[in-house]
Amino acid sequence: MRPINAKIIQIIEETPSIRTFRFDTSLNDAQPGQFVMVWLRGVDEVPMGCSFKNGITVQKVGDATSRLFELKEGDSVGLRGPFGKGFTLPAKDENILIIAGGVGVAPLGPLADSAASVGAKVTTILGARTASELVFEQRFSEAGDIHLTTDDGSAGTCGFVTTVLADMDVSAYDRICVCGPEIMMFNVLKMLQKKGAHDRAEFSLHRYFKCAIGVCGACCMDHEGLRVCKDGPVLNGSLLLDSEFGNYKRSSSSQRVKV
Amino acid sequence: MVKITGIEFRNPTILASGIMGTTGASLVRMANSGAGAVVTKSIGPEPKTGHPNPSMVKLDCGFLNAMGLPNPSYADFDNEIKIAKEGADVPVIASIFGGNAEEFVRVAEGLTEAKPDAFELNVSCPHAEGYGATIGTDSCMVEAITAAVCDAVDAPVWVKLTPNVTDIRSIGKAAENGGADAVVAINTLRGMAIDINSGYPILGNRFGGLSGPAVRPVAIKCVYDLYETLEIPVIGVGGVSSWEDAVEMIMAGASAVQIGSAVHEGIEVFGNIATGIEQFLQDNGYAGVEDITGLAHEVI
Ligand SMILES: Cc1cc2nc3c(=O)[nH]c(=O)nc-3n(C[C@H](O)[C@H](O)[C@H](O)COP(=O)(O)OP(=O)(O)OC[C@H]3O[C@@H](n4cnc5c(N)ncnc54)[C@H](O)[C@@H]3O)c2cc1C
Ligand code: FES
Repeated sequence: MRPINAKIIQIIEETPSIRTFRFDTSLNDAQPGQFVMVWLRGVDEVPMGCSFKNGITVQKVGDATSRLFELKEGDSVGLRGPFGKGFTLPAKDENILIIAGGVGVAPLGPLADSAASVGAKVTTILGARTASELVFEQRFSEAGDIHLTTDDGSAGTCGFVTTVLADMDVSAYDRICVCGPEIMMFNVLKMLQKKGAHDRAEFSLHRYFKCAIGVCGACCMDHEGLRVCKDGPVLNGSLLLDSEFGNYKRSSSSQRVKV
Repeated sequence: MVKITGIEFRNPTILASGIMGTTGASLVRMANSGAGAVVTKSIGPEPKTGHPNPSMVKLDCGFLNAMGLPNPSYADFDNEIKIAKEGADVPVIASIFGGNAEEFVRVAEGLTEAKPDAFELNVSCPHAEGYGATIGTDSCMVEAITAAVCDAVDAPVWVKLTPNVTDIRSIGKAAENGGADAVVAINTLRGMAIDINSGYPILGNRFGGLSGPAVRPVAIKCVYDLYETLEIPVIGVGGVSSWEDAVEMIMAGASAVQIGSAVHEGIEVFGNIATGIEQFLQDNGYAGVEDITGLAHEVI
């Protein structure tokens, strides 16, 4: 598909470095965990999880995201998508644990909404460095129970999402859905493996995307050659155990770099 | 079984360069999905990040791409070829590029230890400044580069041609004169798409190369012409997405076909096409692919 023209109708400052952009166009068939390619014309096109049917939630990190942060309501970007495979859709009476770190909340917000709307029970562990960087606290609270963690103890438990997870009985959960920095996700995977629950866990991954439609191979992970853009970005924990996950990834020139 | 340039292939479908060929593991996955051979991403002398995105868009009629030859350089890639060779039970062909004969030779020699089954020289990428088609349209350079690589390596050398020339036969002839063991035709056709909401060209590089169904008739004609002109085998590539397309390409003169963009519809495409070709040969009483290679030339 060619990029569709999406006009920004609302910008929400979630934290000092994270903003939500809502568009006049909705991707109505977007499933929780799917992503869009966001084209900042003349700069770059980058993947972003759909945090709403008509919105993305973005951390400013480099060229494209800085350009996006310069845009105002009324400006437009190009959107292609939704692409990739999202989270398993929750069903009524299922018990879902959501683990979100930092801007990893983006694909998990719609999952929480969808779980709550079908009558699944949702528990969220929401982590950030500090209280002012917690995103979607209210959204996750409205979907179910919430545990906050901050590295500096300014809100909730002092520590990491794994600090809370360590004391949890995860056998009660039908699925555990995770997104955040890779090291955080890797620590969650290792902990869930010890608890024997890694095959009920789904992780939303990040690799460098070029084509974003499963053709070029830029986003492939070792050792199975899984394409994060097409076979993922959401992958089951059992697929990640003996992979490069948590260890290395490939740069824009496909060189291996440490995570 | 097909034999081309001394290499045996379990079937005539080959993964095209630039598709799922960035890592050893993905090459193995493509082999496991049924490809008769796999060609790596084009590898050059230095690491390259490629063009900014968008680098590939699907249009109504095909795919437009301008990746910009992103690659980790031969120094980093020999390990991926080793992984592919260990894990895949099919031939692994190293696609290489450079700005001149000396660079091509440096890359080929740098990858020799990993023992690729053949080299494919990319003298045809339509959108990388100073590389690819800028040399692939110059028959003297094509001949010199082919000769230099053939001199430097023992493995068979295939040369991938650009259709963005007045007469592809003269470039094919240059490759043959340089000592190429086969030619591969065609690389993508120069193309462009513009976003009418803003006037911006969609690709980060502004223009790129077209592949997919739209280019198949162009590829068929190029393969047809090359088959007529050259002694060496022609490997057909361009818009093949079904066994019928593959058979058409073979009848035009291809000894095997490469498949690229069609991977978008599913990686099972290789197995499906190979089975379809096999069935077609059986149903029509042909002993093998050789029986129909260039058939279109004989019926005239
Ligand atoms: C499936 C997926 C979903 C994502 N969802 C979100 C989200 O919801 N919110 C959010 O803030 N971020 C998300 N990201 C990360 C986001 O894509 C990067 O932050 C963004 O690409 C940075 O671009 P930049 O030009 O600002 O930074 P740059 O200066 O270009 O690079 C900074 C870092 O961003 C990453 N990056 C740059 N280009 C790409 C690319 N083409 N593909 C993948 N990563 C790239 C690289 O890790 C790079 O090191 C997601 C990534 C993926 C793969
Ligand atoms: S980015 Fe091209 S296959 Fe995933």
